[in-house]
Amino acid sequence: MILFDSVTKLYASQTRPALDDVSLEIEKGEFIFLVGPSGSGKSTFLRLVLREERPTSGQVWVLGKELNRLSNWKIPAMRRQIGTVFQDFRLLPNKTVFENVAFALEVIGKPSSQIKRVVPEVLEVVGLEGKEQRRPDELSGGEQQRVAIARAFVNRPLLLIADEPTGNLDPGTSIGIMKLLDRINKLGTTVVMSTHDAQIVDQMRRRVIELEGGHLVRDQSRGVYGYAR
Amino acid sequence: MRATFVASEVGGGLRRNLTMTLAVMITVAVSLGLFGASLLVRAQVGTMKDFWYDKVEVSIFLCGKGSDTPSCSGGEVTSDQRDQIKADLEALRPLVEDIYYESKEEAFKRFKEQFKNSPIVNNVSQNALPESFRVKLSDPTKYDVVASAFSGRPGVDQVNDQRVILDKFFRLLGGLQLIALLIAIVMLIVTVLLIVNTMRVAAFSRRRETSIMRLVGASNFYIQLPFLLEAAIAAGVGGLFAIVALVLMKGILIDQVLAPSFQFTAFVGWDAVAVIAPIVLLTGVVLAGLAAFITLRKYLRV
Repeated sequence: MILFDSVTKLYASQTRPALDDVSLEIEKGEFIFLVGPSGSGKSTFLRLVLREERPTSGQVWVLGKELNRLSNWKIPAMRRQIGTVFQDFRLLPNKTVFENVAFALEVIGKPSSQIKRVVPEVLEVVGLEGKEQRRPDELSGGEQQRVAIARAFVNRPLLLIADEPTGNLDPGTSIGIMKLLDRINKLGTTVVMSTHDAQIVDQMRRRVIELEGGHLVRDQSRGVYGYAR
Repeated sequence: MRATFVASEVGGGLRRNLTMTLAVMITVAVSLGLFGASLLVRAQVGTMKDFWYDKVEVSIFLCGKGSDTPSCSGGEVTSDQRDQIKADLEALRPLVEDIYYESKEEAFKRFKEQFKNSPIVNNVSQNALPESFRVKLSDPTKYDVVASAFSGRPGVDQVNDQRVILDKFFRLLGGLQLIALLIAIVMLIVTVLLIVNTMRVAAFSRRRETSIMRLVGASNFYIQLPFLLEAAIAAGVGGLFAIVALVLMKGILIDQVLAPSFQFTAFVGWDAVAVIAPIVLLTGVVLAGLAAFITLRKYLRV
């Protein structure tokens, strides 16, 4: 699903690489926690997977393709197979819940008949049935994140990238979001989630990849947040 | 491709950015209007050249009693010289299309006719006007051939090309056209800069939408299309205004004002407007689209 082969990423303005010679493999269907302090390279890792950045050296394979050799015009097709969720939700404030989710399908040219069928389905999966016509500012943070997850999942992606999805949510709401991501994972989507939330990582007991200063310092199946705990 | 979605994006974009859109429309209208006007002047010069070159003649004035050019040192032209000139002109066919001999009497009659309202007629005696050959050329630009063959030759006082006088006038019009064209080019540059800026603002104000579009895998074409259409529509509307201005120029300024006052010459017809209008519109739309496209390549990267 994802393969990093001695990947180094050095940003032009910095002397220390954001990622330094990282090699790892993530299999289809896995649920991965990506942990590490701020600046450890988690975001760079996710940006490389999404091909928002290119590695300075090494190879990144995603969904069977080496991203360096993927030409620009093929990137959209690749991203359609990847869902993305962010800490700040990134919803469109002037669109309703339904329209926010439908937007992801409209902009890749899906017919409206399909949109009318698929969007209610996915809103039910994330537990937002009945709130189709609400706007984001009428929803709680947890509900907004559910909309974002619905938008990421509406295309039934093979891979879901979640960048600190519970970072803005209280613990109770976070558990609901984690259950939802777990459910999506069980439906067959590989999930890669970066987080600072030790409690969640400790409870879920999934594979943990820890980065520190751009180095891969731990790769542990059924891991916890940190050694110290 | 979902046409309704793209259309609603375009409509929303134009409304949200209304002042900028209006500014683009106005500058496009003004610059294209000037551009069209300069093309119209050019067409006018062409029309006038066709009209006048058809009528111009080369005049070969022969020596009279009072002529003091060196070639007239032998005094008044002799009939031998006159016959020889005529024979040589005949030899220049087909360049020489028509030869007409104007005697002193005819020259005097024509002069009286031309200046019948002026007191100058009374001061000119019949012998003061020279006899001449009026020659019409099949190709008026080959005046040199005639001039070099006859000027300075004994019995020939002067070779005059009416085209020279016309050319001065055409150069004036050409200068006007050039000024209009230069202003139009400057305005077009301003328009392009304005479109670049408008696109930058539009891309910035919709960065949320476009960043989400990128993440969910919308193609570049799909992301950029609404912006391109907005630029093209604004430019198209401006272009239509420019065409209206051109039609008014032709219909009112030329047909109602200039044509009745200057009946001796021909003016451009509607066919010229019909040719210029699509050129003007196309220039505007293509230029705007290109400016938008290049800007968006920078601001809406994959």
